[in-house]
Amino acid sequence: MAPPNLSVVTTHVTAAGGAAPGPRAPGGPRTAPGPAADEGLARRLRALACTAPLHDLDARKANLAGEYGVYAMAEIALAAIDLVTLAMDFDTGADHEQVVARLLPRVAAQTPHRPAAEHERVARWVLESLINVGSVDRGFRAVYGTFAPDGSYVRRDYDFKLIEEVPAPGGGICLRTTDEAVNVLVGALDTDVTSAQIAAEVKLEVLISRGRLADAQLAAEQARYRTVQYSETLRRALEATRRNVRAVDWLRTVPDLIGEALDHIADRYRHENAILTNIRRARDEAEDPEHKLRAAELVDIVQDCIRRHTRLQSRLLEAGPLFRAEQDRQAFAPPSGRAGLDLYGQLLAPVLALPVARAGRVTDAFFARATGHRSPGAVRLADLTELLLTPPAPREHLGAELPEPDLVATPDDSRFTEEQFGAATELLTLPPDAPRRLSGLLAEARRRDPGLPYLVALMAVHAASPPVGTAYRQGESRLLFAVDDGTELADPEFGGADLIVATALLDTAAMATARADHPEEPQP
Amino acid sequence: MTDHAGAGHPPHRTGPGAEGGSGGAVTPADAADAARLVAFGLQPKLGPAREPDYAALLRRYLEDPPFARLADAVATGLGLVVLEVSTRAGMAVTAGEDSVFAVRMGDYARRAAADSADRFLHGLAHLAVAAMAFPRPEDLADDGYLGRITVNGVESFVRQACRRLEERAARQGENTDPSSDAPGLEAAWRVYARRSATGATKDARRLAASTTGIVGKAVSFLTDSGFLQRTGDEGGGSYRTTARYQLQVRDLAGTAAMTELLELGVVPVADGTATLLPPEEPDPVAESGLPYPV
Repeated sequence: MAPPNLSVVTTHVTAAGGAAPGPRAPGGPRTAPGPAADEGLARRLRALACTAPLHDLDARKANLAGEYGVYAMAEIALAAIDLVTLAMDFDTGADHEQVVARLLPRVAAQTPHRPAAEHERVARWVLESLINVGSVDRGFRAVYGTFAPDGSYVRRDYDFKLIEEVPAPGGGICLRTTDEAVNVLVGALDTDVTSAQIAAEVKLEVLISRGRLADAQLAAEQARYRTVQYSETLRRALEATRRNVRAVDWLRTVPDLIGEALDHIADRYRHENAILTNIRRARDEAEDPEHKLRAAELVDIVQDCIRRHTRLQSRLLEAGPLFRAEQDRQAFAPPSGRAGLDLYGQLLAPVLALPVARAGRVTDAFFARATGHRSPGAVRLADLTELLLTPPAPREHLGAELPEPDLVATPDDSRFTEEQFGAATELLTLPPDAPRRLSGLLAEARRRDPGLPYLVALMAVHAASPPVGTAYRQGESRLLFAVDDGTELADPEFGGADLIVATALLDTAAMATARADHPEEPQP
Repeated sequence: MTDHAGAGHPPHRTGPGAEGGSGGAVTPADAADAARLVAFGLQPKLGPAREPDYAALLRRYLEDPPFARLADAVATGLGLVVLEVSTRAGMAVTAGEDSVFAVRMGDYARRAAADSADRFLHGLAHLAVAAMAFPRPEDLADDGYLGRITVNGVESFVRQACRRLEERAARQGENTDPSSDAPGLEAAWRVYARRSATGATKDARRLAASTTGIVGKAVSFLTDSGFLQRTGDEGGGSYRTTARYQLQVRDLAGTAAMTELLELGVVPVADGTATLLPPEEPDPVAESGLPYPV
């Protein structure tokens, strides 16, 4: 499949803005093309442009080979941005495959009768369109117009990304949403983070006390987005510190930032624990099952907020030692007698501020002399002919031939045969909604083969302590388990409890995410 | 023999081009030895410590001035610039501007020939690698200094610098979106900031057009030139500098780029000790020399 290249998203602002400078019809209102009004307009046009890729998805779905008109692409795209935003933390972003996996249920819900392969294709197409794979910059461009100070009309390019690919700590690639995307998603997030969060939490408490949990969940989710954005701001500051001590103001700005953030965490932690206690009570006391469910979801969200705060705090505590180590390394190195060229301050920083056409002259000059030399290839025609006509040399690097290993057949001493294992597994492959009694299973096994009940009983006893950890690590989709409800087993050969044997379905996508978040702690 | 690489004179010797030393006639064997020394110098990964012939020729260069003049003349005639001759760096030669040995941007990256943005990004990557390898002026001046860089470190360092310029522009309320009709007037940092840092490809390689790919290309090219040595895989590949790279940047590339910058009318202020400081922010900490909160 080859989705059309979407490197240019053109918002047709020219139709509205282009008419402005020309003479208006008499009597018509005339907007003042002043710089202040124009700036506001430019800001709104840029905000509008950020939504264009989402609209564009629904417009372009007709071009996909196949019947894709039924899918609501913008909805899937917003869900994808949600998923990526929530997976963002200090170092990590979202894994491409996980995002696709978690998108699938929503895509499938839109067209339950379509094949799963098509759902996956749609999810991938949406995600890749949001990254804009295929354009050089992997981003979007919108064109809008403004008035220059001299009154002339200038068309400008606005470049933005919604989801960007960044290097993951493990060497792979992960996805992060950009500020633009977060703004598209939640809107009006470009406010003071701290105060907005306080406001959201106060609102949450009021909502809970009045029992309006639906609104409370919305507020809690918004608070979580803000928490993510707050972490992101701090991450950038700390990253710059690690690179160079002097690039960051360690006298005022960073200590203030860290102090504020620590206060903030202490405050939020107390606050959110209080909220958690309240919602737990609401959850346990709620009569309405829907309220109960909402409150349970809310508990999850607040717990996630607390987890993020804890992670932020540990980063903040590392900041001081990190600074001191870098300080030792960078500032106390013995000074040199010669003063040299300051490559960053005198070259790189001024070059970055220049217009690209002029900056290119400086980087060209640097490139020409900093790359050293390459010896040009000099080929004689005679050599070339011989080289081309020589048959390829036989590969000899495969090494010596391996001696045939002398194998001794081990006697087959297993208690049960392959067929018996197959029969027992088939017997115990139960549909998830139909658990069975052990007694029934044993009777059926005995009808097939007198030796089979022993194997079935053994497997059922194993299932009483199911290998949850292994299933979690290996990402299995179903798990056999057995429980004892106190019924005695009435069987000629076996005694004990008549176990209920059943199959549990596991949420593979959620497990994959949990594994990525906490690789060391398996949890059922 | 034409002298078309007169840009740089070898530091130790006066005037190249002397056909014979004052101390007697030059034999073809001497000329062959001098050319052999230059040939060793053209193999930057080869150190004099590992090659006894190379070390012997170097010793002769340092002890025998007429031979040294002859070797310099051979290098100059080939269009090479002699940066330094020492037991540390060997015979450090590099290509003159129009020499057949020079690296051309079009050969280096095919896209760069056609696309001015790509051309700029490739050049910028080399400048950034040098700036990250020698973050302070002292590091560039100190012969014993070994710079250490990682690919991801260089990439995020430039991105951070771009972000700072973006914030400054936003503070001043500038509209930095470039005019559609004059893309050359776009601020350089925007070109970098716009390019994605990395990207997934079908075959698990680095996306060549991403900034990480461009920096990665620069460091692997420099490694092939004997300017960097790979030390590990962390951070997208970690490297340390060699004595040759320091010479190349200090004596040639840095100066050339500075000259170009001055011709553009940009005069960066330097107080000799300034480091990675944003020049527009007065910082009492840096002036006190104690960059930690007191």
